[in-house]
Amino acid sequence: MTRKLLTGNGAAAWGARLARIDYLPAFPITPQTEIIETLGSWIEGRELECRMVTLESEHSMLTAAGAAAVTGVRVFTATSSQGLLYATEMLYTVAGWRVPLVMVNVSRGLSSPITLEPDHNDVLAMRDCGFLQLHCATCQEVLDNLLIAYRLAEHPTVRLPVLVNLDGFYLSFTREPVLIPSQAEVDRFLPPFNPGSIRFRGGEPLSEGVAVLEGSAYSYFRYQAHLASLQGLAVYEELGQEFAGLFGRSYTALECYKSEDAEIVLVMIGSFATKAKEAVDRLREAGKKVGLVRPRLVRPFPAAPLREALAGKKAVAVIDQNLSPGKGGILHGELASALYGMAEAPPVLASFVGGLGGRDISSEEFFEIHKVVQQAVNEGVNPLPRLLYTEEELRGVRTMQSVARAADTKQGGGA
Amino acid sequence: MSETHYHHLRDLPSRHILGAGTPMCAGCGGLATLHQVYDLMGEKCVIVNGASCLTLLSVYPYTPFRGSWLYTAMACAPAGAQGVRDGLDILKKKGRISEAEDLAVVVLTGDGSAYGMGLSATSGAMDRNLNFLYLCYDNEGYGNTGQQFSPATPHAAHTATSKGPKGYPGYKKDLFTIWAAHQPSYVATVVAAEPLDLARKIERARSLTGPRLILALAPCPTGWDYEPSATVEIGKLAVQTGIWPLKEYVDGTVIHTKIPHPRLEVREYLKAQGRFRHLFAPRENREMIAEIQAGVDRYWQHVEHEQEQPRS
Repeated sequence: MTRKLLTGNGAAAWGARLARIDYLPAFPITPQTEIIETLGSWIEGRELECRMVTLESEHSMLTAAGAAAVTGVRVFTATSSQGLLYATEMLYTVAGWRVPLVMVNVSRGLSSPITLEPDHNDVLAMRDCGFLQLHCATCQEVLDNLLIAYRLAEHPTVRLPVLVNLDGFYLSFTREPVLIPSQAEVDRFLPPFNPGSIRFRGGEPLSEGVAVLEGSAYSYFRYQAHLASLQGLAVYEELGQEFAGLFGRSYTALECYKSEDAEIVLVMIGSFATKAKEAVDRLREAGKKVGLVRPRLVRPFPAAPLREALAGKKAVAVIDQNLSPGKGGILHGELASALYGMAEAPPVLASFVGGLGGRDISSEEFFEIHKVVQQAVNEGVNPLPRLLYTEEELRGVRTMQSVARAADTKQGGGA
Repeated sequence: MSETHYHHLRDLPSRHILGAGTPMCAGCGGLATLHQVYDLMGEKCVIVNGASCLTLLSVYPYTPFRGSWLYTAMACAPAGAQGVRDGLDILKKKGRISEAEDLAVVVLTGDGSAYGMGLSATSGAMDRNLNFLYLCYDNEGYGNTGQQFSPATPHAAHTATSKGPKGYPGYKKDLFTIWAAHQPSYVATVVAAEPLDLARKIERARSLTGPRLILALAPCPTGWDYEPSATVEIGKLAVQTGIWPLKEYVDGTVIHTKIPHPRLEVREYLKAQGRFRHLFAPRENREMIAEIQAGVDRYWQHVEHEQEQPRS
């Protein structure tokens, strides 16, 4: 084991290396590119025995990834944002092939307007494709969860692809101290890939991805994938314990931070939850009974652990770094469906949308969220959904708009 | 091609390995091509398919293939071939499978994928010098959805989306030349109605590695509007009128493997198909027939001119 300062991308590359991946279909995209560059340099230097192929698009990249996994090798790939969406058709398709590949998504906002900065709309657009989703908050968690992801994906009761998500810039390009386990330690946790009966071999004909022409067979296979995904929750918890036994770091479907005795709980995913923890500490110092619950799993959705963690709370504030136009925050809706009808459901379930397109969420905003939710508890009224946005920001955008219009005028757009 | 095993029809495989009873239309030129190619390739291959009529050969729980099959999507069958080929190569290199367990990788799509949606993935596979055979059965339209025009539809043809008096206004894309421009190992045109020529080309393709295309004209009774029994005759007419030149590209050179002599008038081919009926009734559209004939004549004049030039 060694300790090293690694970026989130570097940690992802180390995870893939230690998983002894056989195949890396790749395509560059910001902010993911560092992952494939790092792995590529190890392959060039013969530190990693893996074949890397740069495809001409993410759609082809995912196709090659799935096809190689069907052939029976351990596959890793990575993308972001527009690349993830470009590959959408094949994400659904390879999930249906039941191939246990692992893909990292480095979250980035979606066009348009086109941006390089992070939020979660890309990864949440892939909620329904059949990939399991693990969301990381630290660089260490990225490395560790890549190893867990292979066990989860290859587990006989799951056998579905797994997406490991980390936030662009805030995690991908942030250096943190990371414990890198030795290869021998990892080999004890993650044995070589056994493809079982799903593999292409001479003399063993196999048809994969065949059509079905009626709803009963279609429903059967789709629901089978759903049940397999649901199995992933218990398997993740088991693997988290096994991992803790070997490495001393434990992972559960939820990270619960000072939430046990809390009256108000913040719920969010990803690296900004580390900012929320800091805010929780400050609020606790001020005597407020606040906590944080951070789902690591988004698919399967950890409904039962969330119900358990949130039962009896006075209020829950969901902070969504995504926006579904015409609906609002996506996790808020998902959590509501998990809590509805529960005997001790929190009476207040507030929705906040923030951190879109790389926008920060400040400590003051966490305090403000707490204030709004506390007031809602006192008044017994669920607050309206809010966008985290300051007057100063609005003034800044107004300035940009006036510049844009001035340019129009200069070019003869005005009278 | 002096070393060919295929001199007479009796030299063709007598064992037919593609199962019968598929849901393809009677007289399907694509299926006829696949039968011949599969008999020659044998079952030690993975067919990587993109969305097309022949996708419906493998409908759960049945398949006519004795070998393996992977359906991908319309745009990306060559990328699927990349993954399978790389996977097999990795397994061989790491000693996890024997040479005997290796498989050939064959992409199978129609023209909609090969000429259009899948062209980027095809070009990429050639850039990477992928070792695979691409079999495109070209029925000159989006056949599985009811024969709308595709980039492979010939000028003037009636399709479900070009029903006017002039038919399809565009011109058939030259996929052969697009492939050849990538300088792959092999490119050939075939038609099931000329099985010896087809067998020699599959034989040649199998002797090579790298990207190889077999581009098969696939007469389609449903889409082209003719009696299913006429598929072979129409295939032969396509060759005899010169509208479908049989040729191959190897080592930077294009060779015509069957030069029609005498070359029949193209109207013989056109009038046999309902999709060109508007060129003959209610009255003959002489200008349009002449335009199509002129295009074919120009092509063969060019071929004859090339043949007269001494190669440098």
